[in-house]
Amino acid sequence: MSTDLSLIRNFSIIAHIDHGKSTLADRLIQVCGGLTEREMSEQVLDNMDIERERGITIKAQTVRLNYTAKDGKTYELNLMDTPGHVDFAYEVSRSLAACEGALLVVDAAQGVEAQTLANVYQSIEHDHEIVPVINKIDLPAAEPEMVRKEIEDIIGIDASEAVLTSAKSGIGIEDVLEAVVAKIPPPKGDRDAPLKAMLVDSWYDPYLGVVILVRVMDGWIKKGLEVKFMQGGTTHLVDRVGCFSPKRTDLPEIGPGEIGFITAQIKEVEQARVGDTITTMKNGAPTPLKGYKEVQPVVFCGLFPVDAADFEKLRESIGKLRLNDASFSYEMETSAALGFGFRCGFLGLLHLEIIQERLSREYDLDLITTAPSVVYRIQLGHTKTEDAQTIELHNPADYPDPSRIEMIEEPWIKAVIYTPDEYLGAILKLCQDRRGIQTDLTYVGGRAQVTYELPLNEVVFDFYDRLKSISRGYASFDYEQIGLREGDLVKMNILVNNEPVDALSLIVHRSVAEERGRGMCERLKDLIPRHLFKIPIQAAIGGKIIARETIAALRKDVTAKCYGGDISRKKKLLEKQKKGKARMREYGNVSIPQEAFIAALRMGEE
Amino acid sequence: MMARALYIHWPFCLKKCPYCDFNSHVRDGVDVARWQAALVADMRAEAALASGEKLSSIFFGGGTPSLMPPALVEALLREAEALWGFAEGIEITLEGNPSSVEARNYADLASAGVNRASLGLQALDDAKLRFLGRLHSAEEGLRALETAQNVFERVSFDLIYALPGHTPEEWRAELSRALGLGTSHLSLYQLTIEPGTKFATMVRQGDFAPLDDDAAADLYSLTQELTSAAGLPAYEISNHARHGEESRHNLTYWRYQDYVGIGPGAHGRRSGMATQRHRKPENWLSAVEERGSGCQHELAIPVPEQASEALLMGLRLAEGLDIAALARRFALPEEQLVDFAELEQLASYGLVTREASHITVTPAGMPLLDAILPRVVADGLVAA
Ligand SMILES: Nc1nc2c(ncn2[C@@H]2O[C@H](COP(=O)(O)OP(=O)(O)OP(=O)(O)O)[C@@H](O)[C@H]2O)c(=O)[nH]1
Ligand code: SF4
Ligand SMILES: [Mg+2]
Repeated sequence: MSTDLSLIRNFSIIAHIDHGKSTLADRLIQVCGGLTEREMSEQVLDNMDIERERGITIKAQTVRLNYTAKDGKTYELNLMDTPGHVDFAYEVSRSLAACEGALLVVDAAQGVEAQTLANVYQSIEHDHEIVPVINKIDLPAAEPEMVRKEIEDIIGIDASEAVLTSAKSGIGIEDVLEAVVAKIPPPKGDRDAPLKAMLVDSWYDPYLGVVILVRVMDGWIKKGLEVKFMQGGTTHLVDRVGCFSPKRTDLPEIGPGEIGFITAQIKEVEQARVGDTITTMKNGAPTPLKGYKEVQPVVFCGLFPVDAADFEKLRESIGKLRLNDASFSYEMETSAALGFGFRCGFLGLLHLEIIQERLSREYDLDLITTAPSVVYRIQLGHTKTEDAQTIELHNPADYPDPSRIEMIEEPWIKAVIYTPDEYLGAILKLCQDRRGIQTDLTYVGGRAQVTYELPLNEVVFDFYDRLKSISRGYASFDYEQIGLREGDLVKMNILVNNEPVDALSLIVHRSVAEERGRGMCERLKDLIPRHLFKIPIQAAIGGKIIARETIAALRKDVTAKCYGGDISRKKKLLEKQKKGKARMREYGNVSIPQEAFIAALRMGEE
Repeated sequence: MMARALYIHWPFCLKKCPYCDFNSHVRDGVDVARWQAALVADMRAEAALASGEKLSSIFFGGGTPSLMPPALVEALLREAEALWGFAEGIEITLEGNPSSVEARNYADLASAGVNRASLGLQALDDAKLRFLGRLHSAEEGLRALETAQNVFERVSFDLIYALPGHTPEEWRAELSRALGLGTSHLSLYQLTIEPGTKFATMVRQGDFAPLDDDAAADLYSLTQELTSAAGLPAYEISNHARHGEESRHNLTYWRYQDYVGIGPGAHGRRSGMATQRHRKPENWLSAVEERGSGCQHELAIPVPEQASEALLMGLRLAEGLDIAALARRFALPEEQLVDFAELEQLASYGLVTREASHITVTPAGMPLLDAILPRVVADGLVAA
């Protein structure tokens, strides 16, 4: 028998990046005895290497805890820790759909920031009960009272009962748990109705195969049950049911209102679509639940194996990763210079970096990443042999014959930026440089909220990094897409040693082409090691060179001393060099290191 | 092919120099009798495996072999002669430091049989010597050189250049002075910061920055210009000699002929085998005393790898090497030894020349040898 509905609480922890969600989750787990002191580590739910290294959450995680409240009853808490970075907003939205409430964590020193707002508005849309938590009150710069007022003024929710915590030093944790029990409503659900469970998340586990996180709305799931995925149309036999506490724990069943995982011998990655509704084979529910809004990737780039022989391995690895992360897309691509690979779509540049890093790390692949691009819509005029048509351009390499182009449109976004006013000047300049159009500027206390319309292709590469660096980390940023607009866009080629390098070509606005070209050439000059000959690097639009740099020839590279007949050291060096050579791609006889392809695009100080 | 060259390593120094990554150690006292017995035993162990041809060169390297008691040197030479025999005109070199203490030994070392000295002068002014952590002064070094030139038949010395901030003017003056000291052989090494040395730590901590490669390249060409004009052109990347005065012993390495190496950390090549002695003096000593040999590794080198070694050593020499001869020696086709397409390209940059089957790295190519080798040496020869 599963837990009585009145004793269940399902909630997400949401916040702006770094405000302490994962650390708060640690404390909640500890107080509820989910892990012993010895098993505990910092941000224990951030279990991917890459999350631990970067200190950020990428993937939402769900934990079931038992908490005995002051009223003497023991509650089942299903806690979902979510990421704060804008690129992973999709993870947040899925978690929210599986809960009845949210803990809104706000840093007592930083106050309300862009993702605080973006996430809280999503939560409100789900009719959630929101419990404000003001965290990091241990910091000398903490101003909990001001932050309380900010929450009320900017977000417009009552913060008079906001819980004050220091997740780091364990202050206020019981208060958070009591507030969860008292304020967040228990789930509704009917045990006897036909099964309706939402497929919240799915991932590939090397031991269990495909694991599926579900939120049961009505009915129940047990081992041995035959289930149907209503959207996917496939049927499966459930062979394991359980939850994470946060250790994996098998359960007899998952009942209404509960969150847990199942495995069902699912082989095909595509079968476990996030947002699908799971019901029973026999006497299933007639209508599915409302699914998730499909996410649209906004940044595209090509991923190619350094070693062409790794293509199959790359295909398999991308398939597995995709199961872990429904928000990126991929399709096969071939390039003259790079051979077989994939064109992949991502939610943002950090997302791209993370996927690339996970592929190389978890699947041991050496990859070449081509310049990221957004999706352009191009209207082509007719020719003698072809009709007029409209195409979508994902890859600068496919840029059509310019004489056929009648119009190019590019995606625009509305960006909302929050910043302490002292950085406003620099931020306005940044937006202006990126072809932004200011639509609103509001002051709230010592802060400014500025709204800009910006072309997405000016934002995808390094806008976020630049924003952070010019505001010393204080400005925050959120955006939404607002459709396509016509632009005077051209394709810029980069020529290395007089040969165009496909993977470096990009689409730019004519007004900034020369400046971008110059920047690219300058950066490539530093990124490509000196060779035995001098290397011209040029940026060109059509046949016209718009920028040029030269990498001087190498002048010294030698082991001066070869001592006492010790040949082995020199031989090791030669072996290392040969290996390094095998890992670089040659263009026009020039070896370009992999990291250069993305690094060349970072615009840096301007 | 049988060994005609013998290397003997003496691992002790009075002080460790901050740039040095050789197998050198500072010890309070050395039990000379024990070391003599052990070096003799190590020599016998190798002679048992590789003898038959007379030695044409012996090299005492270190460490600081000029600290060896002359009687020990003499005993080792006598043993070597008994084991292999000496070829007519054998070259017997001993490395030394030019302090006044050691200079007192030179005459006795010469009587013991040493006929060539290689002195670690390293610099001709006190500020540079101090930076390099050397124990001798400039004055002392010059006097030691004079003593050596009086007692040994041939004397070479080393200088280190391309120090931090080293200007072409300074180096021109110093090298010109050195060339005026009546030597017929010079080793001129650019300072390199080797991992694990004190200098490596200092560079990491920002105490000084090494000279940048372009400036070092300028000093390298200046060096070629001055030494050639003085009649001591480079015959190897860092070694210069009047014609006929090259170090025969070192040519053995570079021409990839066999050599016996004994003493701590010594390397040897014995018909396709690489031999390496225990590096740490104490470990080597106990190995010899227990098993009669200080050898730690003895490894068969696959033929293609031998060919790669021959290439990477041979191309250091101004004389270059003959691919056809190499192909015969290792019974491999020429195109499996070198990448001819790369060679052609490198030739077009003026970095190598090729005449029939003979290839030579040009003076312009020499300072780039490490970048040239991975292109020239055929892929199949290198384990990658
Ligand atoms: N001083 C102080 N630091 C805290 C507190 N809570 C969290 N931190 C620190 O804030 C940083 C971010 O904490 P996380 O828990 O990773 O933040 P997060 O909100 O999960 O971040 P993302 O998942 O990347 O959005 C870490 O260095 C924590 O140690 C607190 O109460 N006091
Ligand atoms: S004297 Fe020579 S071997 Fe000894 S530490 Fe100095 S450089 Fe190294
Ligand atoms: Mg986190």
